[in-house]
Amino acid sequence: MKRDVEMQWNRLAASKAARLERGSEFAHGRLVEPGAVVQLLEAVLEPGDRVCIEGNNQKHADFLAACLAKVDPQRVHDLHVVQSNIALPQHLDIFDKGIARDLDFSYSGPQGVRLANLVAEGKVRIGAIHTYLELYGRYFCDLTPRVSFIAAQSADRDGNLYTGPNTEDTPAVVEATAFKNGIVIAQVNELVDRVPRVDVPCDWVNFVVRAPRPHYIEPIFTRDPAAITEIQILMAMMVIKGIYAEYGVTRLNHGIGFDTAAIELLLPTYAEKLGLRGKICTHMSVNPCPTLIPAIESGFVQSIHSAGSELGMEEYVAARPDIFFTGPDGSLRSNRVFCQLAGHYSDLFIGSTLQIDLQGNSSTATRNRMTGFGGAPNFGCDSRARRHTSDAWLKAGREASSSGSGGMPRGRKLVVQMVETFGEKMQPTFVERLDAWELMPQFDMALPPVMVYGDDVTHIVTEEGIANLLLCRNAEEREQAIRGVSGFTAAGLARDARMVEALRARGAIRRPEDIGVNPLDATRDLLAARSIKDLVRWSGGLYDPPKRFRNW
Amino acid sequence: MEELRFSFDGLASSDRGVYAIVGVVASGDLEVLVERQALEGRCEVDVRTSVHGFETTWRAVMERFVTARALANTRITVNDSGATPAVVSLRLSQASQTLDGTCP
Repeated sequence: MKRDVEMQWNRLAASKAARLERGSEFAHGRLVEPGAVVQLLEAVLEPGDRVCIEGNNQKHADFLAACLAKVDPQRVHDLHVVQSNIALPQHLDIFDKGIARDLDFSYSGPQGVRLANLVAEGKVRIGAIHTYLELYGRYFCDLTPRVSFIAAQSADRDGNLYTGPNTEDTPAVVEATAFKNGIVIAQVNELVDRVPRVDVPCDWVNFVVRAPRPHYIEPIFTRDPAAITEIQILMAMMVIKGIYAEYGVTRLNHGIGFDTAAIELLLPTYAEKLGLRGKICTHMSVNPCPTLIPAIESGFVQSIHSAGSELGMEEYVAARPDIFFTGPDGSLRSNRVFCQLAGHYSDLFIGSTLQIDLQGNSSTATRNRMTGFGGAPNFGCDSRARRHTSDAWLKAGREASSSGSGGMPRGRKLVVQMVETFGEKMQPTFVERLDAWELMPQFDMALPPVMVYGDDVTHIVTEEGIANLLLCRNAEEREQAIRGVSGFTAAGLARDARMVEALRARGAIRRPEDIGVNPLDATRDLLAARSIKDLVRWSGGLYDPPKRFRNW
Repeated sequence: MEELRFSFDGLASSDRGVYAIVGVVASGDLEVLVERQALEGRCEVDVRTSVHGFETTWRAVMERFVTARALANTRITVNDSGATPAVVSLRLSQASQTLDGTCP
């Protein structure tokens, strides 16, 4: 084999130059008028391009998504969409119209049903469903975008971008695209003389358009304390006393449901009374959830890194720079990749799910919907590459080795599932077989879509008790420990009562009374805030809740 | 609306309490009334629930509740609006505690 002297090594750069040349007709320097964007996209895009329409949990390049859905499918077709979130109707319109064909993504949330239909019609070919870290990892491997559409708060005349508090995925998307000779097109809410801080430098950005309307932001992390139930409070008490205090959990990630909101609102009251301030929950990887305000104000939580921001929390966060990561302009700097990374190597993940089977595998996939994974699997798994130690990690590791292999000692991450035994509409949370098994053939997947694998889960908390799976010595004990906290579900009623009592004697199952929690104490009086208005008060008026959460 | 009736025998007896009422008939919640009555030692349970088809679950919840307590000669009346077994058990415990706290 000889060196091919004819080989071209700068085809990507040449393609970029040609695209920029074609696009320049519709731009003044980097600036593009909103009315010219569809033509710009038709000029810049080529059939088969890999594209990313920035769609995060919060911030969406919605104007560019709408423009892409208007291009001529004769000119632009067979695009390969590689993006984390399929959230807007336009994200799927481009498949319906034949503009796009292939899809690699992480999460589809509200579009889950329509996506499933489009797959069935053969209009969407799914490559894979990823976690955020996997997908962004592949951006720097085999799924690098040729063209990325991103969203920012403001741009200056040169094209320097300020993302605002929802930086989220922008750095990952731009870095992969810009440094592999791709094209970056940004929509901004405003053009300014000077951006408050530079989140994306101008020479990584090729085109900027001021969108007719500010980009869409979804307040998905706001939980109204008024809706927290006594059962959630009971489970939160069990988690604080039976897990956080027991292991001395300082570094952790919280899911975003009402269950974990209940924990946050018990820190200044119940946990304070137990003398746990400074001993638990000091460092968190989590969005600035409003229900964290009392725990921050009372000195429990000392540091928070966020994947994204939350509507209404801007001023509060800016006023607490010792707690949050903020820029020289004062506002939050979030970053999904780094937050995921921090959470992956922390001591504990706690979250909720829709279904758990009798080996502890859990999934939020339900029939006829294709929703994906988002961030939970990277938070909710043992970090096998972890080498630094902590008390919580070592204790969990000792428990794991006490029940099994022995050999080389190592630590263990705590992965906790916190669920009521019955969910909405009396759907049992505990099942013999996950619905995920039926989705596998339905969507032609190689594996059932499991959110958190059973061998990563260490504890399952229900209103009936805590199952500590680290202390189970075999699959049979594991199954009975799970049945033993499954309450009155069919799975729970089918328990082997003798084995369950034996597991309880060993501490592999603990009832509320075993850890000194009285269910009758689980009242809403324990919540540090019982309404959104209480949260505003705790924040000294800095938290400005979105209108839909105001009832005063 | 489904009406269910259960009857339990062989329970311990107590002369504490006259009646107690807890909870509200609101979505996902229930109202529980517990009264001492001369029932020849039985504990009678009447359930009116908005959700059909959960007789086995109700029986299991009630059985676990009464066997742990001195509820001979007691009538329990439940008006349910789709509460989960977790909420039902909690309200029953609250009713029982309140009953024990009221004077005969």
